[in-house]
Amino acid sequence: MKILVPIKRVVDYNVRIRVKKDGSGVETANVKMSMNPFCEISVEEAVRIVEAGKADEIIVVTIGGRQCQDILRTALAMGADRAILIETDVAVQPLAIAKLLKAIVEREEPGLIITGKQAIDDDNNQTGQMLSALLGWPQATFASSIEFTGDGIRVAREVDDGLETVDIKLPAVVTTDLRLNEPRYVKLPNIMKAKKKPLDVMTPEDLGIDVTPSIEVLHVSDPPARSAGVMVADVTELVDKLRNQAKVI
Amino acid sequence: MSILVIAEHDNHAIRGATLNAIGAATQLDGDITLLVAGSVCGAAAEAGAAIAGVDRVLHADAPHYEHALAEELAPLVAACCEGMTHVLAPADTFGKNLMPRVAALLDVGMVADIVRIDSADTFVRPIYAGNALATVKSNDAVKVITVRATNFDAVEAEGGAAPVETAGNLPGAAGLSGFVSLESPESERPELTSAKVVLSGGRGFGSGENFRLLEDVADKLGAAIGASRAAVDAGYVSNDYQVGQTGKIVAPDLYIAVGISGAIQHLAGMKESKVIVAINKDEEAPIFEIADYGLVADLFRALPALSAELDKLD
Repeated sequence: MKILVPIKRVVDYNVRIRVKKDGSGVETANVKMSMNPFCEISVEEAVRIVEAGKADEIIVVTIGGRQCQDILRTALAMGADRAILIETDVAVQPLAIAKLLKAIVEREEPGLIITGKQAIDDDNNQTGQMLSALLGWPQATFASSIEFTGDGIRVAREVDDGLETVDIKLPAVVTTDLRLNEPRYVKLPNIMKAKKKPLDVMTPEDLGIDVTPSIEVLHVSDPPARSAGVMVADVTELVDKLRNQAKVI
Repeated sequence: MSILVIAEHDNHAIRGATLNAIGAATQLDGDITLLVAGSVCGAAAEAGAAIAGVDRVLHADAPHYEHALAEELAPLVAACCEGMTHVLAPADTFGKNLMPRVAALLDVGMVADIVRIDSADTFVRPIYAGNALATVKSNDAVKVITVRATNFDAVEAEGGAAPVETAGNLPGAAGLSGFVSLESPESERPELTSAKVVLSGGRGFGSGENFRLLEDVADKLGAAIGASRAAVDAGYVSNDYQVGQTGKIVAPDLYIAVGISGAIQHLAGMKESKVIVAINKDEEAPIFEIADYGLVADLFRALPALSAELDKLD
């Protein structure tokens, strides 16, 4: 069985982002970029599934500019076998991403797709569900464990009420939550090996998919600032302030 | 305008976040239909009919809707979107799981987690963990939207008298997925996302056992308990306690962060709270930058002292 892992390149988790002065977006020039943390978890899970003998090939795919090759190489160094870059300069939105991925699925015929539940830049949390809908496959979102059963998988999902367990048939789409696993550190020899692994480049046009966004971003702004308040000396003063000044207790 | 709101319910009662989604729908100034889809969920449909602002309840009842599986609900919701201009659901794990699937079936984009409505097609939503706000305009025929509950006032759960229509021609069971179980910790505390007071603990607690100190104070304040991702990852409490970018979004009247340093991912889930208190022994902790009241103290001393001080209040 093949596993397809769609991943995204985003502003690094630890970077404090800056909104561009002209309100056109968030500054990404000269900012450290990395693989989206949920995507790293997805790659790690796929590698563990192959290590457990439940699948035999991992294909990673991303959509974006030429520079996105760096996260594909990272995924290859983590243990993926092949990579695909769908190269475009358009800021492709989730529905079009799902359509591009569907075209890849039709070519590669994976039995399982594992992707992050959301990217930490746009916080959309949509692509996995959309892809699953377009394919007519089941979905298990926000996964915190994946277990192979006879003809499918049993997934524990992190939901607002706690942990929900579902059984889904394969092929399926799983989106990963934070506690599914801890991604491994990539070792130097694996980075060297990853350079020799195949990386195909294609375009949305090659796949016959229109990626024109249907949602326009009109303006990006800073959120209202919250200013620091006062420091209190002890608990007595705190309770007094909460009762008599803020009037919240 | 015709607006469809998807009710989140347990087949008996409607969940609170649905009232906020209806609150957002009322800002769109149109006819509001509430879809209550479940199994033997007549009570939930009746409860929906009583909600202020709802013009019509659509009651879809079938065994395969019992557990709100997205594979089963999405085709139904998509079919109910015929003639609708907007379809809304809460931006919690229910709505996040379901609505992108609906949007894809309708071949439209989706606007996730809106915090403001500027017009019928223009919305504001947080990006980058709330460190920026994007104003977006949807050019799709149907606007598929999830609503951040804390940014919209809830409508009244009582006072309405909408007619209930039974939905016919329901899509058959997809049968792709099956519910197995829900592991939900029993708690008599208020629900985290709707509590007036939230007390959250972080890595500073050092163990799940030590969260008892927090529980003692929470009991006295009638507060819900939350946690940072670090505390959940460390196994002190279960995932449903997590407040933050990828956990729950809360905006209580009073949020007390104890032993939480204040990573931007945590702040994303609580910085809209009316009053924020931070208790941390590290005076450099970033949480102090957004706190209304800060106390530099060891939580193992401060929490018992806080508990004793609260006892003195009448």
